[in-house]
Amino acid sequence: MSIASNTPSAFRRTGRRRAAFQEKLVKRIFFLCALVSVLTTLGILGTLLNEAIKFFLDVPVWSFLTGTQWSPLFSPPYQSFGVLPLVAGTLLITTVAAAVALPVGLATAIFLSEYAPERVRKTIKPILEVLAGIPTVVYGFFALTFVTPMLQKVLPELLVFNALSAGLVMGLMIVPMVSSLSEDAMLAVPRSLREAAYALGATRIQVSLRVVVPAALSGIVAAFILALSRAIGETMLVTIAAGATPKLTLNPMESIQTMTAYIVQVSLGEAVHGSLEFRTIFAVGFLLFIMTLVMNVLGYFVVRRWREKY
Amino acid sequence: MKQHEQLFTPRRTARKITGVVFYALFLSAVVLSIAGLLTLVIQVLIEGVPWLSWHFLTNYPSRHAEEAGILAAMTGTVYLMVLTAALTIPLAIGAAIYLEEFAPKNWFTTIIEINISNLAGVPSIVYGLLGIALFVSWMNLGRSLLAGSMTLALLILPIVILASREAIRAVPDTYRQAAYALGATQWQVVRGVVLPSSLPGILTGVILAMSRAIGEAAPVIAISALVYLTFVPGSPLDRFTVLPIQIFNWISRPGDDFRGIAAAGIIVLLVILLSMNAVAIYLRNRFQTRSEE
Repeated sequence: MSIASNTPSAFRRTGRRRAAFQEKLVKRIFFLCALVSVLTTLGILGTLLNEAIKFFLDVPVWSFLTGTQWSPLFSPPYQSFGVLPLVAGTLLITTVAAAVALPVGLATAIFLSEYAPERVRKTIKPILEVLAGIPTVVYGFFALTFVTPMLQKVLPELLVFNALSAGLVMGLMIVPMVSSLSEDAMLAVPRSLREAAYALGATRIQVSLRVVVPAALSGIVAAFILALSRAIGETMLVTIAAGATPKLTLNPMESIQTMTAYIVQVSLGEAVHGSLEFRTIFAVGFLLFIMTLVMNVLGYFVVRRWREKY
Repeated sequence: MKQHEQLFTPRRTARKITGVVFYALFLSAVVLSIAGLLTLVIQVLIEGVPWLSWHFLTNYPSRHAEEAGILAAMTGTVYLMVLTAALTIPLAIGAAIYLEEFAPKNWFTTIIEINISNLAGVPSIVYGLLGIALFVSWMNLGRSLLAGSMTLALLILPIVILASREAIRAVPDTYRQAAYALGATQWQVVRGVVLPSSLPGILTGVILAMSRAIGEAAPVIAISALVYLTFVPGSPLDRFTVLPIQIFNWISRPGDDFRGIAAAGIIVLLVILLSMNAVAIYLRNRFQTRSEE
């Protein structure tokens, strides 16, 4: 007597061949779902390149990358396509943000991972999560209506739209990212390393700064890089608070324009689809995409290459 | 003894002082972030609360601040989120199931995985450009609700996939083995065992991703531009506006009054966000206690 004849009919209801077919079909469908993400990347690359190449047929790549005058929306004699002012604006804001977020984020991470008792940690972490979840328009509002007026009391020559307050607020915005990624790296440092240092008579600060931070350095550096890449791509905050005047300057008190803010400005405006003015945003977007991609890849590379294995 | 002292000087006081100084520094860093958050919230409340009213919630935008309302933006946000969720959830769960349960270990799977984590780092405005070129122009959807939600869906897809994969990975292997031992096929295991037990985790990821999407303005603004809408979108092909765009619109107008209603709009946005996060935290806690049983 075979086993099959004993099984209840409910079990045999689906024929084997049908089941096998169903298995294959389901697997295909799930595979297609996973493929969408690859298609997204191809789509991004394809559309950006497609429009950017058309743009570079009219404007030489070299003059785009090295030009110091950005005025694509002017009429032809004054029109100029040098992207450096936008890049400089982006980097200026990112530098100000980094000056705030890196030390504050790292200090927060050290506090949470090495000093704070569990109860304190459990209250602070959700607060940081809320900070990370606030929409960037809200940060823009905060920078424009609170931080700038406050700063103007100290620095009367500060313009209404300026890189400084946008950068400072962006620093506040990316603190949670720096701190949570660095804290993860520090929590991965084994207890035994800390205990060995304590046994040698090290104080808590010595353990934190000379044992834990060096041991977690790859993760911390990666956190810095990823946070800066986020700052480079941030859009609404700088559109609202940093201004719309592309300028090659190192002075954070001035009004500037970032690459992202320029893209928003044009997509809001009247530029006709397919015109040279409209294509500039794809050229700028492509440059932005490459910059953040390089930083993200660098971040992963740092983690993989320099990770201490325990 | 003398040699000893040269090799090691305790410097007790100096070390204690450094310890205290740095402790103060670390603590003030934490306090700084929290103070920043508090100031932000208080500032928004001070500016916005006087403008909050039933009238504000139930009316369309207006050239006069005191008559302006947020109805078009609120319904736009709700519609956009529903469409986005409908597009994202099946795709993300499917992709996560494929990667966790079906995918062979080969170079193509590795490419998909690297690709997903890279997509999570692409600036949101770049998705906006993709949306303009692909959905608005090429697919000829115009600056419509559908084009906006497709763009947002692609934007949050990597986030939901990553969260869903984590939830699926958290399902103990013994569950799967038990089902296989009963003769279940792979699809039956996924449908009957893996999905039900990872659902709360997946749902948490979905809600958190949606709360990111709700506040996301850059890609949506690139798609929809600044429109002055005095109607509620009736079909997916209609033009639309959402809360962050409306807020941006009000912020960029001169005058203290518009600043006030911008703050009122922010309060509405933050309330929606916080309640979504609360639901996610509730689900996460329930999920955690369950798996410990």
